[in-house]
Amino acid sequence: MNKLINSGSKDTRSGFGEAMIELAAQNPWVVALCADLTGSLKLEMFSEKYPERFIQTGIAEANMMGIAAGLTIGGFIPYATTFANFATSRVYDQVRQSIAYSNKNVKICASHAGLTLGEDGATHQVLEDIGMMKMLPNMVVINPCDFNQTKAATHAIAKHQGPVYLRFGRPKVPNFTPPNLVFEIGRAIKLIPGREVSIFATGHLVWKAIEAAKILRLKGISAELINIHTIKPLDEQAVIRSVLKTGCAVTAEEHQRNGGLGDSIAQLLSRKHPVPVEMVAVDDVFGESGTPDELMIKYHLDTPDIVEAALKALGRKLL
Amino acid sequence: MMQISELEKIATQVRRDVLRMVHTVQSGHPGAALGCAEFFTILYFNVLRHNSAKFNMDGVGEDIFFLSNGHLSAGWYSVLARAGYFDVIELRTFRLLNSRLQGHPATAEGLPGVRVASGSLGQGLSVAIGAALAKKLNNDCHLVFSLHGDGELQEGQIWEAAIFAAARNVDNLIATIDYNGQQIDGPVDEVLSLGNLKAKWEAFGWHVFEANGNDLSVLIETLQQAIAATGKGKPIVLLMRTIMGKGVDFMEGKHQWHGSPPNNDQLEKALAQLPETFGDY
Repeated sequence: MNKLINSGSKDTRSGFGEAMIELAAQNPWVVALCADLTGSLKLEMFSEKYPERFIQTGIAEANMMGIAAGLTIGGFIPYATTFANFATSRVYDQVRQSIAYSNKNVKICASHAGLTLGEDGATHQVLEDIGMMKMLPNMVVINPCDFNQTKAATHAIAKHQGPVYLRFGRPKVPNFTPPNLVFEIGRAIKLIPGREVSIFATGHLVWKAIEAAKILRLKGISAELINIHTIKPLDEQAVIRSVLKTGCAVTAEEHQRNGGLGDSIAQLLSRKHPVPVEMVAVDDVFGESGTPDELMIKYHLDTPDIVEAALKALGRKLL
Repeated sequence: MMQISELEKIATQVRRDVLRMVHTVQSGHPGAALGCAEFFTILYFNVLRHNSAKFNMDGVGEDIFFLSNGHLSAGWYSVLARAGYFDVIELRTFRLLNSRLQGHPATAEGLPGVRVASGSLGQGLSVAIGAALAKKLNNDCHLVFSLHGDGELQEGQIWEAAIFAAARNVDNLIATIDYNGQQIDGPVDEVLSLGNLKAKWEAFGWHVFEANGNDLSVLIETLQQAIAATGKGKPIVLLMRTIMGKGVDFMEGKHQWHGSPPNNDQLEKALAQLPETFGDY
């Protein structure tokens, strides 16, 4: 647990932007598309340095997804970028038919996911994107937890043949994963070993889960924390191995409970190894305007909510 | 270049294939597939620089085609088979379980000639533009062709794509509109009029060509003119007037044949108007 130190808070989207510059230099097939959100996606430097490989589509996300699919025909690896809401719910059928069903090598890279988008409010705070994307056959779904991991994931998906949904966020959050760790798609990372309760967290909730595990330890409870950066394909072995030991689970994510990580874990465990599962997630409501921190507290996605869920899961295990 | 008389025979055989395919499974969309028999035939036998014997998904060094109005699948499959992409016998499997010939074109089963799934309308122009951009990035001087229904132009994504292609000078693309004036619910003018389509495309910055799509020599000439106009900074659209159900007198111009197969009697009457030329599959 001592290694899990914040080296300085940074936004995950900047990890994406930094990786794109490196990737463009390394891989001539990488191209980037953006729908009038170049600054928000941290692609200014990419667009200046590689103008011939940067495709500005204007505010036309459906067209952007189709163009991305077409670019793969000819060998390119398009990174199609916009806010998570516009990368998923706005263009679901385009992603479904032209990318997922057609199994095109498109990387859908989505920033400003979830409540932490903040003040813009519910119109922009997509909380359903993981569910929509994971339901599509062929689609890989990744939600990294910090700057370093987002950067590593951006590199890793270029090497994966097939469609990927990479989800990241707007605000600065603690940066704590090792800077040059190779990102392995579909391989969960155990951050804290423990014996009594398994916490499976993704995205921004991983840091909150680290804090929750520390609080639980002070209460004398040994929590195991696993970073599920890849929601699909889910690292089933890692999940089952952990609950075989602990006997109960907590999931934590910045997403609706319906369709999210918790839903995937519960589905797996109900089939393979039923144990009590508690879910820290948004409970079937839309968000609202507010600061990211205020919203995470109000919608019960905060550290104390994970602690409470762990205690509840433990209690149910003892029944 | 193939003689007009030969192309005519192929188009007639394509029409027979379409009718027999949709009749067998009592489903599918014969109307516009019949209307576009000349277009498909000319494209695959006279226009495209392609390698039907060795299908390559990336299509580098080849002209490539996207069918955006995927419900014309029966006509496209027939021409793909007749052009050598796969054996004509496989047309027997159209819309059957475990077939590569899905109701709407798909890549999942690996049918040679198909590069993207289509069926949900309005998506193919964007994909074609992406492929055209890829050709430019690859310094590949070959062209991208696409086909769209006129009713399909009611989809908003088409116009997103139209703005983009003109603004980015995608001039290695020729989009063709099957301008038959019919859609499922009735005549396009009644369902939702497209207004002055030529003026619309011109206003969007496209170079517009017009042709009678059921006249082989006119269509060949117009396509040649369109090809000659590529590389001049503007995307190209061909407004191709066709007759839905062309070639079968009782189907011609009737929107009811958009998505209805003929029954046994109707098939017999229809095939009697279209003599077998290259052998039924």
